[in-house]
Amino acid sequence: MRKTLGLAALTAALACSGANAQQVSVKIGVLSDMSSLYADIGGPGSVVAAKMAIADFTKANPNVKVELISGDHQNKPDVGSQLANQWYDVDKVDLIIDTPNSGVAFAVSQITATKNKVFVVSGAAASDLTGPKCNANTVHWTYDTWMLANGTGKALVKTGGDSWFFLTADYAFGHALERDTAAAVEKNGGKVLGKVRHPLNTNDFSSFLLQAQASKAKIIGLANAGGDTINAIKAGAEFGIVKGGQKFAGLLVFASDVAALGLPTAQGLTLTETWYWDMNDANRAWTKRWQQERAGKFPTMVQAGVYSGLTHYLKAVTALKSAADGKAVVAQMKTTPTDDPLFGKGTIRADGRKLHPAYLLEVKAPSESKYPGDFYNVKATIPADEAFRPLKEGSCPLVSG
Amino acid sequence: MFEIFGVPSNALFGQLLIGLINGSFYALLSLGLAVIFGMLNIINFSHGAQYMLGAFVAYLLLQYSGLGYWPALIVAPILVGITGMIVERLMLRWLYKLDHLYGLLLTFGLALIFEGVTRNYFGSAGLPYTVPDSLQGGRNLGFMFLPNYRAWVIVASLTICFGTWFVIERTRLGAYLRAATENPTLVRAFGINVPRMITLTYGFGVALAAFAGVMAAPIYNVSPQMGSELIIVVFAVVVIGGMGSILGAIVTGFGLGVVEGLTKVFFPEASNTVIFVVMAIVLLVRPAGLFGRRA
Repeated sequence: MRKTLGLAALTAALACSGANAQQVSVKIGVLSDMSSLYADIGGPGSVVAAKMAIADFTKANPNVKVELISGDHQNKPDVGSQLANQWYDVDKVDLIIDTPNSGVAFAVSQITATKNKVFVVSGAAASDLTGPKCNANTVHWTYDTWMLANGTGKALVKTGGDSWFFLTADYAFGHALERDTAAAVEKNGGKVLGKVRHPLNTNDFSSFLLQAQASKAKIIGLANAGGDTINAIKAGAEFGIVKGGQKFAGLLVFASDVAALGLPTAQGLTLTETWYWDMNDANRAWTKRWQQERAGKFPTMVQAGVYSGLTHYLKAVTALKSAADGKAVVAQMKTTPTDDPLFGKGTIRADGRKLHPAYLLEVKAPSESKYPGDFYNVKATIPADEAFRPLKEGSCPLVSG
Repeated sequence: MFEIFGVPSNALFGQLLIGLINGSFYALLSLGLAVIFGMLNIINFSHGAQYMLGAFVAYLLLQYSGLGYWPALIVAPILVGITGMIVERLMLRWLYKLDHLYGLLLTFGLALIFEGVTRNYFGSAGLPYTVPDSLQGGRNLGFMFLPNYRAWVIVASLTICFGTWFVIERTRLGAYLRAATENPTLVRAFGINVPRMITLTYGFGVALAAFAGVMAAPIYNVSPQMGSELIIVVFAVVVIGGMGSILGAIVTGFGLGVVEGLTKVFFPEASNTVIFVVMAIVLLVRPAGLFGRRA
């Protein structure tokens, strides 16, 4: 795969050599969870999205040669770190993109800053990536825990869900999501009655749900993602959580999770995302292309973010004519406004936060769904300047310093 | 209600019951493993993948032939058991005379293949499978709400486990099986078809795993990695119970389910690791396991 792409790009470049174009060479690494609970959120689908971005960009800019590799971090920060180091040092990778799993993302972000490369995070969520852990080489693209907390959390408190109990995945992402949501809940007049932390990749949630039931909180906040969220909601249906008067808040739910749960179980779930395949014609057209390699599946916002982020990175590299200086490329990305078919127009802030609108979505009932993939009703649009944490509140050293 | 270590007693009883339910799965799976290891001396690392295949076959039966949960409980183990027997005939047969490690490597490789192929076709997020209508709902026991399906899991698991134990330890067929393991040549001399018995035993062990998979499909996420998450814990259960002991596997399975349930109440973050801590302690004190007979 990587050889074919490299050869194709090389051939294209050679074919244009008569025009005296200056060659810009870039190597991209898609670091994702290819085999575990987040593999449908990012994974091979992100690689397809990256390939599409490269194909579209090199068609318009034939003097750019892009090579693509991918790797599986297996949700282990040590594996992710080892891959990142090897890619940067040995394989001469310039950009690492995607990386669901905030624990891995923190590690890779540090390594990227030390080696002066670029890290575009599409998959990971923790808002600390543009907060205390921000650096000049990292851009946080698609979404983060603050946006989720203030989208879903605020909406639920405003509609009467004023007491919360958290089921938290016991690692960086879960902690960040729980912290941001608790803050949002309390800011809007709600109360947090308790929490329980479960190991990542938990099969059975019955014990934890029992504790949530005992707390009598109106909302059970699921500060987890992927397989964990699916298992929790499935167990909740069994234990009569909703019948007992409590509601689930799926703080991070993707289209792939809704597909796995099935609409009968997932209906009514409120969630916040920044991209939905069925929202407009441009998204639908892109999805159709994407599905040629991922038949029967629907792209998530993370995979769309990989396409969008990679496109903007390539634009910056082309403008600078070199990918060598990571900080310079990221600075260029921040000064150039973004524009792509999926996320439309947007900007990247000084702390590395990409800004775009967020959408409050509700899962449709089975009777409302007219075709496969018809998952959501769009309940509200949160404009870009409200959707993400204000710049001053982040404690990012780049901003205050 | 009174409190134990700061936890209200009704919450505690609820967790104990949940622990029993989880223990049912551990017991079913470790029973299959113990049967295969005790009878065949094969460390069947593909047990988790066969459990996963059971759940997937149940899903496929529902999708493509409309067979619901109850027929799937019988058909899926038979189908997966047959694939197990094919594997035994074609591959495992050659490894009996060799070190245990070869069987482990082969079955581990098979597990990776099953998982990878399934993930290739179905993705990793999982597939929906609902609780059958006859088992929907539940009853309020006062200290907790017990879903009917989970009560069924305990009942079915206990029945199958003790049924298997009875057949192996108390019937003539079981006696032939145990004799064939200890001294196959002599048993063959009596005219009993030992190779066929071994194939059928492996198939039975695999069918047990698939049965557990079908039972898990409505309540756990039907995903390609559902087996690999569980199999490590199940191996720990079998080691604690004693590698060749059927009764040990059953009792330890239920017991450790309860221990894990209690840990989830008092120290949830450790619920993943408590079984391995117990395993380390047991191995230090009784290296053959709690019920183990081998030296």
